[in-house]
Amino acid sequence: MKLVSVGWMATWLAVVGPAHAASPPPGAASCSGCHARYEAAPTEIPGIFGRDPAEVLAALKSFKDGSKPATVMNRIAKGFSDDELQAIAAWLATQK
Amino acid sequence: MDQRRTSRRQFFGGAAAASLALSMPALAQAAPRVVVIGGGFGGASCARALRQINPALQVTLVEASSTFTACPFSNEVIAGDRPMQAQQFGYERVAADGITVTIQAAVRIDPQARSVGLADGTTLAFDRLVLSPGIELRFDALPGYDEAASARMPHAWKAGEQTLLLKRQLESMEDGGVVAISVPANPYRCPPGPYERASLIANYLKTTKPRSKLIILDAKDAFSKQRLFQNAWQELYPGIIEWVGLSQGGKVTSVEPAANTLVTEFARHTVQVANVIPPQRAGRIAEIAGVADRSGWCPIDPVSFESKLVPNIHVIGDACIGGGMPKSAFAANAQAKACAAAVVALLAGEGPAAPKLINTCYSLVAPDYGISIAGVYQPKNGLLTDVEGAGGVSPLDVPREFRAREATYARRWYQTITAEAFG
Repeated sequence: MKLVSVGWMATWLAVVGPAHAASPPPGAASCSGCHARYEAAPTEIPGIFGRDPAEVLAALKSFKDGSKPATVMNRIAKGFSDDELQAIAAWLATQK
Repeated sequence: MDQRRTSRRQFFGGAAAASLALSMPALAQAAPRVVVIGGGFGGASCARALRQINPALQVTLVEASSTFTACPFSNEVIAGDRPMQAQQFGYERVAADGITVTIQAAVRIDPQARSVGLADGTTLAFDRLVLSPGIELRFDALPGYDEAASARMPHAWKAGEQTLLLKRQLESMEDGGVVAISVPANPYRCPPGPYERASLIANYLKTTKPRSKLIILDAKDAFSKQRLFQNAWQELYPGIIEWVGLSQGGKVTSVEPAANTLVTEFARHTVQVANVIPPQRAGRIAEIAGVADRSGWCPIDPVSFESKLVPNIHVIGDACIGGGMPKSAFAANAQAKACAAAVVALLAGEGPAAPKLINTCYSLVAPDYGISIAGVYQPKNGLLTDVEGAGGVSPLDVPREFRAREATYARRWYQTITAEAFG
């Protein structure tokens, strides 16, 4: 009985939602404009999807405080709170 | 059967019943239908993002041309540094994502009936419509500059045959000739684009026709990445590029195509190659849909990208009034993904979450010399507004290695974003 209920729920979710299950946190959807989601080999722009979230968060925070040299990521990271950066790093880790 | 009925009854019990009942029509009529009009960086990215977030959606992409020709990097085609084929993309991979790709012009939109009329007379019904129609060049805004005039004085502001026409004109110009670029007032597609074009043409002239000059006739007194461009021009192309701003009489007030003459308030410039970038407005279908205001562009809600004028129609990319966001391919792609999330939420009867968006625009001053401008944006006072303290342009005093790195990133960005939209 429970299984049937879950199955029906899944069908319902597939048709009308859920809106938030796969939705990235604010700002995260923009990343894939430059950072390839799928790449055969590493490129000049580092991959960020499916990486260790602590490592990605540390990089984002040091771009933000200027301690990590950058061309453009320092300008971008300054637009986010630490909480937002953490949410972005956590979401990126789940994507691959 | 009995079991199923029981479980449904249980499922519908309690507080969930009310909100579920609201969603039932969507279930009864199968998957919600989203139609996306315009197969550029905005439209193709949005169609794919919609399917990615909710694979059960029926998504149709309507686009008049079976081949998309990208504007970013088309200035390299003009300067002879890049083949046109590197700018062109088909929709096979988009279709492979389960998106119905309809190669047809959209000619009518009925917001009440929620239907789109196509050029072949068929109609498409939608629950939500996303318009990403790009720009229409205004052939009524600059006296003398109509569509026929663009065959003599190319705009090359929609990539394609016009790009190649400008390239051929530059190739056949004799050494010692003068090239003019006429730049409109804001807003227009790709704010730094005219200055990148001037740079790459100057690079071509310097190496192949060194006695030639390039003059920029501008309807503005300031432009994107101005100091970076002007410093680089002095360094790389001394004596080749002259920029005439609005207050020096740079605004072109009419053109005479037969003589290849551009007329400003103070002077007449008869040149060998005239690149006239005219004023612009949202693509034609926006006006047909009633989502463009008197400015010619489309006001939107900055959270959902839904039109402020017509419900259930969303507008993204160059056509929308993006507040602080420029009309760029990067912005269109970023807006596409935020809009897709909002559309999925709205179709599920939920309120869309406030997005944050990023833009990064690279310009090439030379093939190995890149500069950039970036910004972070969020909804504020009804517009997408710059997050203070973030964004800005590349630093002024950095070694050439930094510029080379940005040029490399620019090329990599193009590969990544075109793969996300079309690959």
